[in-house]
Amino acid sequence: MDFLNTHLLSLILFIPAVSALVMLFLPKDEIKLLRWFAFVASLIPFALSVYSWIQFKSDAAGYQFTEQYTWYAAIGSTLHLGLDGLSLTMVLLTTLLTPLAILASFSVTDRVKPYMMLFLFLETGMLGVFMAVDLLIFFVFWEVGLVPMYFLINQWGSANRNYASLKFMIYTMGGSLGLLLGIQLLGALFGSFDLATIISKWNSIQGSLLGYPVETVKAVVFWAFVIAFAIKVPIWPFHTWLPDAHTEAPTAGSMLLAGVLLKLGAYGFLRLVLPLYPDQAHNFAWALALLATAAIVFGAFASYAQTDFKRLVAYSSVNHMGFVVLGIAAAAMASGTADARIALNGAILQMFNHGLSAAGMFFLVGVIYERTHTRNLDEFGGLFPLVPIYGGILLFTSMASLGLPGLNGFVSEFLVVRGSYPLLTPYTAISMLGLLFTGAYILKGIMKVLHGPMNEHWAHGEHKLTEINTREIIVMAPLMALILVIGVWPAWILDVINKAVMHLF
Amino acid sequence: MVFPVLSVIVFTPLVAALIILMIPGHRKTAVRSVALAAATFALLLSLWVYVQYLTQHMSGYQFKEQYSWLPALGISLHFGVDGISAPLVLLTGVVMFTGVLISWGDFNEEKHLSAGIQDRPREFFAFLFILASGVFGVFASLDLFMLFFFYEIAVFPMYLLIVIWGWIQTREYAAMKLTLYLFIGSVIALVGALAMYWTAGQATGVYTFDMLQLEKAGFSASFQNLWFLPVFFGFAVLGGIWPFHNWSPDGHVAAPTAVSMFHAGVLMKLGAFAALRVGIMLLPEGAEHWSWLIMLCAGVAVVYGAFIAFIQTDFKYMVGFSSVSHMGLVMLGFSTLNRNGLTGAGVQMFSHGVMTALFFAVVGMIYDRAHTREIPQLGGMAKVMPFAAIGFIIGGLVSMGMPGFSGFIAEFPIFLGVWQTHWLVAVIASISIIITAAYIMRNIRQVFFGGIPEKFEGHITDITILDKIAISTLCLLMIGIGLFPSLMVPVVQTGVNHILQLLGVA
Repeated sequence: MDFLNTHLLSLILFIPAVSALVMLFLPKDEIKLLRWFAFVASLIPFALSVYSWIQFKSDAAGYQFTEQYTWYAAIGSTLHLGLDGLSLTMVLLTTLLTPLAILASFSVTDRVKPYMMLFLFLETGMLGVFMAVDLLIFFVFWEVGLVPMYFLINQWGSANRNYASLKFMIYTMGGSLGLLLGIQLLGALFGSFDLATIISKWNSIQGSLLGYPVETVKAVVFWAFVIAFAIKVPIWPFHTWLPDAHTEAPTAGSMLLAGVLLKLGAYGFLRLVLPLYPDQAHNFAWALALLATAAIVFGAFASYAQTDFKRLVAYSSVNHMGFVVLGIAAAAMASGTADARIALNGAILQMFNHGLSAAGMFFLVGVIYERTHTRNLDEFGGLFPLVPIYGGILLFTSMASLGLPGLNGFVSEFLVVRGSYPLLTPYTAISMLGLLFTGAYILKGIMKVLHGPMNEHWAHGEHKLTEINTREIIVMAPLMALILVIGVWPAWILDVINKAVMHLF
Repeated sequence: MVFPVLSVIVFTPLVAALIILMIPGHRKTAVRSVALAAATFALLLSLWVYVQYLTQHMSGYQFKEQYSWLPALGISLHFGVDGISAPLVLLTGVVMFTGVLISWGDFNEEKHLSAGIQDRPREFFAFLFILASGVFGVFASLDLFMLFFFYEIAVFPMYLLIVIWGWIQTREYAAMKLTLYLFIGSVIALVGALAMYWTAGQATGVYTFDMLQLEKAGFSASFQNLWFLPVFFGFAVLGGIWPFHNWSPDGHVAAPTAVSMFHAGVLMKLGAFAALRVGIMLLPEGAEHWSWLIMLCAGVAVVYGAFIAFIQTDFKYMVGFSSVSHMGLVMLGFSTLNRNGLTGAGVQMFSHGVMTALFFAVVGMIYDRAHTREIPQLGGMAKVMPFAAIGFIIGGLVSMGMPGFSGFIAEFPIFLGVWQTHWLVAVIASISIIITAAYIMRNIRQVFFGGIPEKFEGHITDITILDKIAISTLCLLMIGIGLFPSLMVPVVQTGVNHILQLLGVA
């Protein structure tokens, strides 16, 4: 037990990767064994992160469960892990969604072994970003997560996967180039990558740097960081990789892509950009808010215009993540005020909530795609009587995405607009108008799939649509339960988030 | 008496070459077995040296041996390794071992398969091992004359290996081009070395080629500024520095697989290493004076090499130009003349050596089976040779500088070092990272995934178990260093400390 308490984070972090290596030695034809092994291997980190949630002391400031190991002593980087309320929430989300994604992948029959291994490696990559308290370690995991995702899209994706996967890879790597250069600059200046050290030294730097005024350099590096994270979130106009990658990825890949990978970008804003560049963030908050508003409005419009069900859901991510960025912009605008904190609470909760609902939506799209082999909305229609349970679940999840009061999306979006309205009034007002279109595209999706005249093609014969099966319901059950619980009683999670926000900002 | 481990390492390949030549040529398996035994022996010894250096926390020149050779001229057989050369000796051992494994090959008349070296393996291994002796000798030599001596021994067999066993279409041209470039470079460097010998001799009255003495000679600033460029660039030609890199992709492509592995994996390091040991360490003030020029040439090599690699359609040329780009990073690290840059350059020499040996090994395996290297004509190789595909992907990730692999461990400090000198160069050079990612990912997809072209259906066999051992060895090294940098970085740092002392910064 003592070992567990002192190594909690490294266990959560490395159990998936180590399990993936163990899978290397399992026979590749024992598909059942491989699936269950991967599923159980991803349940252990979930159990441990629930345990850490219980053990977590939300009143204490700073990182908990910290662990530090020598890694790259020559340049002053250590494998330094820790959790605060912000990262704990994200770790919980990641460890929850990964087993569900693996369970959702039980229908994959092509090369199960490498597929499952990549998922487990991906989990380690994502968790590492959230746990890192060292800038270089942050970057290491940030980049490492790209590789499994690239191969998942490239090997198990649908028709246009080559284009989508390369675009995803190059876009993200190109975006993180500025981040890499910024991190190099910080490392070269301070000879250390410890987050706390770098934040305090960087903020107290005066005079000139590299022959330019410090403010100029900081503004440039600020934008380098912002662009890297903006691509990942993604914020308009850096979002164009997203619809392609999400649409072409296999179902479970989309679940994690939307559920967790997008959160990495928002997390980068909260963990690095706001603490490292408070002044620049304040000065450029209007720009962030503008882009966030654009993402909300254009994301909703674009989503409405889609005829491909999966693309519709993909664009909805742009729309929803826009609210996260709006909350961050409000916090950048007036760090430390009550309004900013409310907005940040909303933004972080929205990260968690969107993780649940987007993963659910992508899964439901996958469920119907597996049966019909089409994602074209015009080929569906009136399916509700054929698949009543599926229809009910889709309706429920869509409503969460739409922001229906009583479900989780409402709570977080309300907090964001409540917090940012006094600070960024015009942007928030326009964004709230954008919510109208959120309603429009979601209702359009539901209408095209479930309602209207029934497409008889799916009603009889070999194309007869089958109902959602038990395994698929089990994937959705935890997501739906959390969506409802957070919607009705958000205090249990908001308490942790709020205290983290109070400590940090 | 202490076991003379370095001279045993240096002369093992030479002795093995002589034994191999005594075996009748038709007994191919016997030839190969002797070669493999000798390579394994050399690998184990060089691994032992490296592990000793690492675990005993050694620094400075260790495992020193000195035998008088031509005392009248101040020449001795003086061996020793420091933190820079110990990893390179290990690298040579690794490349030699894996090179022998993948040259064993596979012969199957029905499938038109003749992978590895099937033609005159006796002569091939003999020449390859003479070359290996030369390489070990350069890395271990502490005597300037001996360094040149072994340097030429390493270059000369290359000509024969390419011209006899090389790619039939370009081998004469490439072998001639390579040899002329390298000889001219080394002759120019030799003139500089002689100038050092005379000048130091006149000043102190002791004429010696011993580099430990020459390090303390205290050459005047004007002497150093004058002679640094010929010495550094004379050697750096072999390191593939722009604008003298032109021989290298041609040479890589024309050479047979194991020779390409040696060539890109080790020989280019020979040039970089000699440029460091003779150019920068003996003429430190000259290095400071001209560092901007090295940085310029290296920076161009990094970016330009990546772009040229991007547009190649020949798989082997692609890898060849990527070597120009990556060796440019080594030179870029040198040009910073600071702790981070030099440390990164030292690790990059090892990392690139392993990575590019792996690349050429896999390219060779594919070429031997498909008889083409045109990327658009290949496809689906992962289905028939999954192990090779995984190896190449791991090599590709190293090449992209992906964290978790040795390439990142090497490149990151190089960039840190450049930030500390000329930050703009770091920004420009970073473009290469994204270009590299683009061409590596594109080529992995085109060569290894998708459908197998019809004409290869049924003709292509999986690689042999020996090939797999070679690939796993190389991959393990890259992942090991990537996950645990302390396996290599502390060793390199001790070497860097000494260089910094010579530069007067530490």
